[in-house]
Amino acid sequence: MDLDPVFLSRLQFAFVISFHIIFPAFTIGLGAWLATIEGARLFTGNPLYRRVFDFWLRIFALSFGMGVVTGVVMAFQFGTNWGVLVEKTGSIQGPLLGYESFTAFMLEASFFGVVLLGRNRVSPRFYFFACCMVSLGTMFSSFWILANNSWMQVPVGHSIVDGKIIPSDWWAIVTGPVMMVRWPHMLLAAFLTTGMCVAATGAWYVLRKIHLAEARVMLHWGLGFVAVVIPIQLFFGHLTGLYVLKHQPAKFAAIEARWKNEQPASEVLIGIPDSKAEKNLFAISIPKLGSMIASGNWTSAEVGLESFPREDRPPVVIPFFGFRLMVGMGLIMLAVSWLGNFLRFRGRLETTRWFLWGTFLAFPTGFVAILTGWYTAEVGRQPWVVYGLLRTKDAVTPSLTTGDVFLSLSGYVLVYAVFVAFGTYYIYKLLREGPTGAAVPIPGATPNRPMAFADDAATATGTSAASGR
Amino acid sequence: MEPTNLAVFWAGVIALSILMYVILDGFDLGVGILFGLTRDMTNRQQMLNTIAPFWDGNETWLVIIGASLFAAFPAVYAVFLGAFYIPVLLMLFGLIFRGIAFEFRQRTERMGWLWDRGFFLGSTVVAFVQGAAIGAMMRGIPVVNGHFAGRTFDWVHPFPILTGIGLVLGYALLGAGWIVYKSEGELRDWAYARIPRLVVAVFVVLALAFTVAMTIDAGAIAQSNWRARGWGIVFPVVGVAALVGVVVSARSRRDALPFHLTALFFVAAYLTLGVMFWPYMVPYSVTVSNAAAPDASLGFFFFGGVIVLPMILIYTMGVYRVFRGKRHRGYS
Repeated sequence: MDLDPVFLSRLQFAFVISFHIIFPAFTIGLGAWLATIEGARLFTGNPLYRRVFDFWLRIFALSFGMGVVTGVVMAFQFGTNWGVLVEKTGSIQGPLLGYESFTAFMLEASFFGVVLLGRNRVSPRFYFFACCMVSLGTMFSSFWILANNSWMQVPVGHSIVDGKIIPSDWWAIVTGPVMMVRWPHMLLAAFLTTGMCVAATGAWYVLRKIHLAEARVMLHWGLGFVAVVIPIQLFFGHLTGLYVLKHQPAKFAAIEARWKNEQPASEVLIGIPDSKAEKNLFAISIPKLGSMIASGNWTSAEVGLESFPREDRPPVVIPFFGFRLMVGMGLIMLAVSWLGNFLRFRGRLETTRWFLWGTFLAFPTGFVAILTGWYTAEVGRQPWVVYGLLRTKDAVTPSLTTGDVFLSLSGYVLVYAVFVAFGTYYIYKLLREGPTGAAVPIPGATPNRPMAFADDAATATGTSAASGR
Repeated sequence: MEPTNLAVFWAGVIALSILMYVILDGFDLGVGILFGLTRDMTNRQQMLNTIAPFWDGNETWLVIIGASLFAAFPAVYAVFLGAFYIPVLLMLFGLIFRGIAFEFRQRTERMGWLWDRGFFLGSTVVAFVQGAAIGAMMRGIPVVNGHFAGRTFDWVHPFPILTGIGLVLGYALLGAGWIVYKSEGELRDWAYARIPRLVVAVFVVLALAFTVAMTIDAGAIAQSNWRARGWGIVFPVVGVAALVGVVVSARSRRDALPFHLTALFFVAAYLTLGVMFWPYMVPYSVTVSNAAAPDASLGFFFFGGVIVLPMILIYTMGVYRVFRGKRHRGYS
């Protein structure tokens, strides 16, 4: 692994997108959560739901704002570092990603404004409708991202003219079978991430004996939601595995750390893949289980990495561990949510302190699962950037030097360290404080400036006083 | 080769978005530049108040430009961002620091000075690299096989540096006009006092840039199409007249005029560049027709353009209407 422009560009892309994805994923889940809780308020009239709503709306606004700022960087990454990719596939990826930006702006320019600022100006029913539209908008935004990435994983609906990959069937591109599995997988991941955060926040308040009424709502709804959705997510995860097996057998072998062809194939539960010796160290494996997982019977033959030319093999370590971490996080969510509901029906949820601590500490499980899942998908696709069509090493901007990318990567690390640290700290402060008072926009807040909205009432009056108004 | 109708449509959308961006983000970047020239905390807070509801929406146009270029003219997107790797990086950092300074400076007593400095420096850097990129484009961008074929710091040259400084001053002038338009009392006097000096500075830099373009960086103007389009001389004439008008209107204290006349100056300068370079999107290598994505892509993306852009335009106008006048109080 040389420090060449290709490797550094990959590192840079991984860095900026890892910081970016945290926020939109959280926002997709929060959008759905807000719509749900507002619906509950509308149909029960319970003011408790209003307090919970106002509290999470502030978190939503801040998270949306962080997503927009880190998203602006993403809008330029493809062109600065992956010029050949843009030149060859821009006519497909450009419109897909362009639609994503446009969807986000459309959202900002329409219903988001109503949700942030229009509570007292529209009817409760319309307000609820606006919440649903915001939620739908965030999901639609992810639709385009997943359509684009699914096309990079399994390209369909294109033709090649003069060395350029151009669209021939948009319908196939945006609704490919792979897309229809991966998009729900990502949406459910976002929902689960937020569900765990909501439950963890509730657990935190119960442990600190504050905001108990609101905390109960968060804890019960969060754990209940995760308990129902996590089995569905495991099923979609399985379907995702099947597409990998069918379309990207080398990635599948890498995830399984299966070096040799095997019949029947064993399943490596854990071990340390040694890429040089092409074997696993300290491996614990179960005979025949690998065949069962891949093909549904105990005897099938499964391909190992030896079946692929060396230059077509993905790295093994990251997909292997990434996949296991992701599944592990899913299993933690399963355990926490089912145990939590069991305790709830026994009436002991709010008094079982060790469980509340466990729930609180499980707040990052969704984020970890999303990041490791994406690492598995993206690193496993290597050495291709567009699977089977364009290699990553051929996709980088030709004029880039190692020094350029070294400079930019160091810059991103420094700038993000400052700004993500502050943003995250601010979200943390809001969460710690909890649902106190209604969200009041500071003067000059618009849907374009969601971060301003995240201020609490006290700060807002303070600002007005400071500015002499 | 003639560009297709769809390619012309998208070129028009992008051209309009760039103009919207330059004028709208121009004034709030300009306020950020002027922000560094006063130490008075009341002035600073009032300056921020004049742009608070607008600045983030103004930046929207930058992403519209990026997204539309990627979708409709991937070749331009790749060449431009490859050629301006470091300036684009600096611009993004500048925008990030500007944006967070805006939200964070009110949340901290001790760190306020840091965010204030970030706001001023961020705004100045963004303006400078945008101006430098225009200057470097005028000198011409070498392209081989559809990719930038120059070196990372090609843009560091006398002419682009002058255009960079020029845009910093130009944005500052827009910002001063905006402050005059949107404020009263002491701050307005302060901004009025800056307008004539900024106009003089803009003229000086323009004259210097012109001299350099005729000597050291010969070719920045000579290669362009202005000879074939003599009628185009009308735009620089309008531009100069607008600048003179800015000074006159500042003397007679007509609050709305300096900003709008500076905006007219920017429109004139933009059209001058258009006359010089059409049909090149990247002088002198990439044209509208050879950069356009196939019609299958442009047509697919067309619906995004005709639905989303009018919505954003209406929304933008709505925000400016709600916050019209001098003492906007927010929604509350």
